Amino acid sequence: MTTPILEKLQNSRNVLGLIFMLPATVLLLLFLTYPLGLGVWLGFTDAKVGRPGEWIGLENYIFLASDSVTQLALFNTLFYTTIASVVKFFLGLWLALLLNKNIRFKSFFRAVILLPYIVPTALSAIAFWWIFDSQFSIISWGLVKMGFIDKYIDFLGDPWNARFSTIVANIWRGVPFVAITLLAGLQTISPSYYEASAIDGATPWQQFYHVTLPLLTPIIAVVMTFSVLFTFTDFQLIYVITRGGPLNATHLMATLSFQRAISGGALGEGAAISIAMVPFLLAAIMFSYFGLQRRAWQQGGDDK
Amino acid sequence: MSQDQTDTVGMSYLDSRSRQFFTTYLPLLVFLFVLLFPFYWMGVTTFKPDNELLSRDGNPFWIVSPTLAHIDKLLFKTEYPQWMWNTVVVSVTATFFSLLASVFAAYAIERLRFSGAKNVGLGIFLAYLVPPSILFIPLASVVFQMGLFDTRLALILTYPTFLVPFCTWLLMGYFRSIPMELEECALIDGANRWQILVKIILPLAVPGLISAGIFAFTLSWNEFIYALTFVSSSEVKTLPVGVVTELVEGDVYHWGALMAGALFGSLPVALIYSFFVEYYVSGMTGSVKE
Repeated sequence: MTTPILEKLQNSRNVLGLIFMLPATVLLLLFLTYPLGLGVWLGFTDAKVGRPGEWIGLENYIFLASDSVTQLALFNTLFYTTIASVVKFFLGLWLALLLNKNIRFKSFFRAVILLPYIVPTALSAIAFWWIFDSQFSIISWGLVKMGFIDKYIDFLGDPWNARFSTIVANIWRGVPFVAITLLAGLQTISPSYYEASAIDGATPWQQFYHVTLPLLTPIIAVVMTFSVLFTFTDFQLIYVITRGGPLNATHLMATLSFQRAISGGALGEGAAISIAMVPFLLAAIMFSYFGLQRRAWQQGGDDK
Repeated sequence: MSQDQTDTVGMSYLDSRSRQFFTTYLPLLVFLFVLLFPFYWMGVTTFKPDNELLSRDGNPFWIVSPTLAHIDKLLFKTEYPQWMWNTVVVSVTATFFSLLASVFAAYAIERLRFSGAKNVGLGIFLAYLVPPSILFIPLASVVFQMGLFDTRLALILTYPTFLVPFCTWLLMGYFRSIPMELEECALIDGANRWQILVKIILPLAVPGLISAGIFAFTLSWNEFIYALTFVSSSEVKTLPVGVVTELVEGDVYHWGALMAGALFGSLPVALIYSFFVEYYVSGMTGSVKE
């Protein structure tokens, strides 16, 4: 038998809510909120590994703004994110539209296509490293045999080749995510819209542009927000395939902050690079979220 | 999927066979080839002897004399089995505790509706958007201060920073779909909140729990940046980090062993995924919807 006071506590929503929230809250405050604040603080200090830093104000940021490697990393990150996200969107949408057709072995296709997304990225990145090898690349082999080129391509040794090679690997990994989530959105569109528009004489392209796209916009907004977020903060692919080389041509903000903070020991400087990513992330989220989301109510969709 | 038949877009049945082949099956097969080729390449390289690997003659897509030498090297001359074990231990524990904390949190936010529940829910979503690559530097110093550096516990405690927000967000959606009336009935029958959670909500949310569990497990299995930063001894490393940092020695790349390591590190998640495809997909799409 429980005592009345205990019973009352058990049914008080606030007390019970507090108790239920406790494990998650403690964990997130300790390992997420606190480190986030600590990161901001570290960015203003000259902390090194094993030495707590002194407050140095904006010195890290002033140094980084004039540091050519950081400038290059920022350019690389923006380039990488823009190209990869745009290509991932179009290929993902195309794949989703293909999978949404009445095809055979549909569930097989859908299941298999997601494989690149679920296996560890670090491990598939090693496979790409091997595929992009300068001497034994299978791509070069194929192109040589087909007579397109006569010399093996140095995929990872040349700055622009390396940039595009890593972007290809990122697209390979990201397309399944975009495709499968957009497919889920496509499946919520009622076929009667297509029938109605077909009776009105709409061509397939008009159906896509006037029916599919508007109804899909809200989910596109969310999917692309996530895609941009993951691409902008990508670390594994670059770390494994190029380590930022050649000549820092593929260094992203995340890999550069790792190199400066963990390999180089300059915690403060590395933290400043990480924190410098935040405004760009917020801008990307705001842009893709509000820019595309606004249309949800224009179509008479319910607000979320 | 029983829905498949009704999902047909528009009038596609009017397309002729050959047209359908060129607009649908051909692009689909090209996608499939590109998306699966790296796995095929991992497999081929794993069983290919070194002299065939490092030769430009012959057909590279096939193996003339398959060998188990690379797998032998991987299993008995490196600490690969230990990394695999570490990954299993870390992933299973982190997933279990994250799921536990998430069930309580999601139930509290979605069903107890304590004051401020809405804001806490929003906070959980924002926590989900914090990428590990801006968190790992300060987190490394937290781990260091707590004396957890280079232990598996460091990973078990830090993985929930991305698992708990994800699982909570997903479970909130599942709990929302369970009718409130069921809970009210139980309350009238004299059940307390704990009994409601255990005997009514959880059994009904089993698909959600499986989705969240599978997804959390693969996320932990695939985690890289925390494991790379918080652990430095070989016997504590997780599989992706071990393969990337220890199997690459100097300038000579042992591609056979590397690919074998990548293949066997991918197989467990691929297997689990193949058994729970629907749950995984619903977890992935559920986390993006809302």
